[in-house]
Formats: sequence, structure tokens, C-alpha cells
Amino acid sequence: MAAFLQQVVSGLASGAIFASLALALVLIYRSTDVVNFAQGEMATFATYIAWSLMDHGISYWPAFVLTLVLAFLGGATIERTLIRPVEHRPEIAIVIVTIGLLIVLNGLTGWIWGAEVKAFDSPFPNETWDVGGVVISQQDVGVLVVCLVTVAALWAFFRFTTLGLVMRAVANDQTSSRLVGVRVGWMLALGWGFAAVLGAVAGMMAAPTLFLDPTMMLVVLIYAFAAAVLGGIDSPIGAVVGGLTLGVLINLLGAYVDFVGSELRLPTALFILLVVLMIRPQGLFGHVAVRRV
Amino acid sequence: MSSRPISESRVPLLELDGVRARYGPIVALHGVSLAVEEGEIVALLGANGAGKTTTLRAVCGMVKTAGQITFAGRSIVGRSPEGVARLGIAHVPEGRGLFTELTVWDNIRMGAVVRGGQKALRENTERILGYFPWMGERRDQHAGTLSGGEQQMLALVRALVSNPKVLLLDEPSLGLAPTVTRELFSLVRRLNEEEGLTVLVVEQNAMIALDTASRAYVLEVGKVAVAGESDELKRHEGVRKSYLGY
Repeated sequence: MAAFLQQVVSGLASGAIFASLALALVLIYRSTDVVNFAQGEMATFATYIAWSLMDHGISYWPAFVLTLVLAFLGGATIERTLIRPVEHRPEIAIVIVTIGLLIVLNGLTGWIWGAEVKAFDSPFPNETWDVGGVVISQQDVGVLVVCLVTVAALWAFFRFTTLGLVMRAVANDQTSSRLVGVRVGWMLALGWGFAAVLGAVAGMMAAPTLFLDPTMMLVVLIYAFAAAVLGGIDSPIGAVVGGLTLGVLINLLGAYVDFVGSELRLPTALFILLVVLMIRPQGLFGHVAVRRV
Repeated sequence: MSSRPISESRVPLLELDGVRARYGPIVALHGVSLAVEEGEIVALLGANGAGKTTTLRAVCGMVKTAGQITFAGRSIVGRSPEGVARLGIAHVPEGRGLFTELTVWDNIRMGAVVRGGQKALRENTERILGYFPWMGERRDQHAGTLSGGEQQMLALVRALVSNPKVLLLDEPSLGLAPTVTRELFSLVRRLNEEEGLTVLVVEQNAMIALDTASRAYVLEVGKVAVAGESDELKRHEGVRKSYLGY
């Protein structure tokens, strides 16, 4: 039982990272109607910036916050400069821009920082707590808390502030938003900024265990896609629940199902996803599009 | 030009002069001229495809437009929809344009979020909700779950909390039962009389539109064909035969 709970906690920690990145995908999907394939590379790039800041002697938390600010500005700038010109084109055009962005950011990361693997500091002690026989890694708990606090802060922003209301309105209906005077373009830029912040948090939380290299977030992004789709691609709550569920699930599968081991985790997770979607195509929390005809 | 001459002393609040508009290769407006004075209700009538909705869309910068559109003395051709809205032109589009996933109250807040702000919201909401007593109790309901008539009224409230200088109302009776339509138009009439609301309304139901508006323009294939006082138009033979059905 104790071993089982340990696996659950460590699954929640990796799940929280999937959840953050999945939420970033959902944020952009809701406002721009496309999946941002560059979300993982944006996160990796931001994590490298954090690494550079710390490399220049800035301590962890100031570097963390500074990275979030830079990620926000970077995300918003990407929307204004790269996405805006294709805003009214068919969705496939935007998708291709995000794939191009993935390739460019990946190349840029390698060019600036090199391809060799870098160690990334963790702000949490490499120690454990013993809670009634269950050994809990403080690293895992720290990751879980940071991700959940970020998600909660974002939720509060959307729920309780006027700007958050406007952004929800834009996600609901862009034309109606313009008719009440909202500058929709700037709201989309804000959305990209927030998505980049979530990605940066995910990247910085993943880096101490995954180690930093230009493809660090590739697998995380695939899990995040799976989590977002599992939760229902247009549902923020779904993304978080989907991410945590997926994290726990693959950890338990890896630990208890012999033939899965560590190699078959990803395909197994994707297989389960497929089964869920066959039963519930809109995902766990997604909307079924209902229209009066 | 068939529009009624406007008394020299008054400058119209909203004036269209030779407005042309097209959707790609399809020309929708062939030079529409009309004027709306402050405090009046003006109806825009015509068959499907005559260009009524396009005329409103032209005012709001939602379609490529040539010609002159003047609002409160300044040209607004080429402005973005959000820019036009900020000047005080509230547009309730065909289909109401509500935020269906947001609550009734959040929809109302969106009306004042850019124009008017918190102050307008505080000052106007209670007074305006006085015209729609049912709405206050259902403020936490999602707008998408309201009935058609309720949605149309919510769209009106959202437009009104921003203190608009003119309200553009597109086909408010669409999909509504006749009694609901009558209730809606009588509310528009009251808002005009008691709040001084200026309205340009597009309507298929010519009878109810002429009963509500003081003047009307009849569009045919992208042009004003007939214009005049509502009472005059009710007696006009062509209008009677084509739009009133007697």
C-alpha cells in the first residue's frame, strides 16, 4: 500500500507538469482554435533562459519569476508578429506557422546553448518525508505545489478579474467581442503570453529530473496533448484533471504492469486515451457542439 | 436621392451617403443614403437580400465599404468594429451575438467593459433592468440556456449599459413568437420615449416596424427605393402590396 501511494504521489508530480503544458495548449486552442505545436519548444526555450539567468549568478526564485515575465512577453510577441498575419486564414495556415515556430525555436536553442545536456537546479531539497510509512519525495511535492499554484492563480485571474472576463468572452465569440469594443487581437496576445508562462513553469519543473537539452519537452508535449484531449480539448479543468490522471496512470502502469515497464508507457497511455475517446469522443470534460439548426 | 429632406436646423446623428459595399465580387449595396436623427426610431425594411443587414454591417466596419458614413459629425468609414463600438454605436447583430457560455450577468458586464466601465455599469444596470424584471433573478444562468426572446432582451440590456448614442438592431423578431416580438418592440418604444434611445432597426416584419418607428427606409437590391414617415409608408401602395400584404 505504501509503495502504491508513493507511485501515486510521484505520478501526480509528473502529471502536474503535463497538466500545466496541457492547460497552455487549451488556452490557445480556445482563443485561436488551433493546437500550438511549438508549445513544448517555447517551454524549453524559456527553461534555457532560466538556466542562463542562474548561470549569471541570479538565485533560483528571482530567476524563476524573471523567466515567467520574459516568457509572457515572448508569447505575446509571437502572437502579435507571427500568428497575427495568418489570423484570418484557414486553421491549417496557423498550424503550419506553429510547426515552423517549433523548428525555428529548436534550432535557435541548439545554436545559442549547444546540444549537450545541462543540469538544471531544483529549488527543492533532494530529501524525503516519511508520512506513516509512505516515503514522499520533497521534489515531487514541490513540483506539484508550484504547478497547482500557477494553475490556481490563472483560474482566479480568469474567474475574478474584468480582464479575465474579457478574455473568456473573446474565447466564446470574437465577433461579438469586437462589437462591444474589445480589441480582440490584444486579448489573443495576452492568451499566448499566459500559455507561454504555463509552459515555462512546466519546463522549469521538468528540467531537474529530465535534464536540459533542446528536445527536453518533446515527450512532455505528447503527454500534454494526450492530457488535453483526454480532458476535452476546450476544457481548462479537463486539461488539469487529464494531466494529473495521465501522470498517475503511466506511473502505476510502469510500476505494476510487467510488460509495460518504462519503454511501453507512452504507447500504453495513448492506447488508453484512444479507448476513452471511442467511448466519449468529446473527452472527459469537453463540450459536445450542439447547435440549433 | 429618395431620402426625406431633413430640417436644416438639425444635423443627423448618423448619416449614410452613397454607401456601397461588397462581399468579394458580390455587390451588396449600390449607394445607400439615409439619416438617423437623435432620439428617433428609424426602420430599415426590405426583402431578403435587399441589403438591410449589410447596411448595418457597413456602419460597424464589418464589411468593405465605400461612400460616406458620418457619425456625430465625423467620418467613420474604414474604422474597425471595435473602434466604431467605442464611439457609442451599439450593434445587436442578427442572431443576437451573445456570449452563450457566459452567464447573464457576465454578458451585461461585457456591455460596459470597454465603453462606460464600472461607473456606467453601476449607474445604468438597475434602471435598465427595471424594464426587464425577470433578468435580475437569473443573472447566474448561462446565456445560451435562455429562450430566444430572453436572449434578445439580454442583448438589448448589454447594448444599453454602455450608454450608446445609437442602437443598431438587426432583425430582432427573428425566430420569436408574435407575442414575444410585440413585447420586444413595445420595450424598444418605451426605451426610446423614456431613455431617449436612438434606434436604427432592421426588420422583416414591416407592420410592427412601421408601428414602432417614426420613419422608415425601404431597401430594394441594395438601394433605398422608398423613404418616408411610417404613416405615409403604410398608405404607400407599393409598400403595402410588397411588405404589408394587403
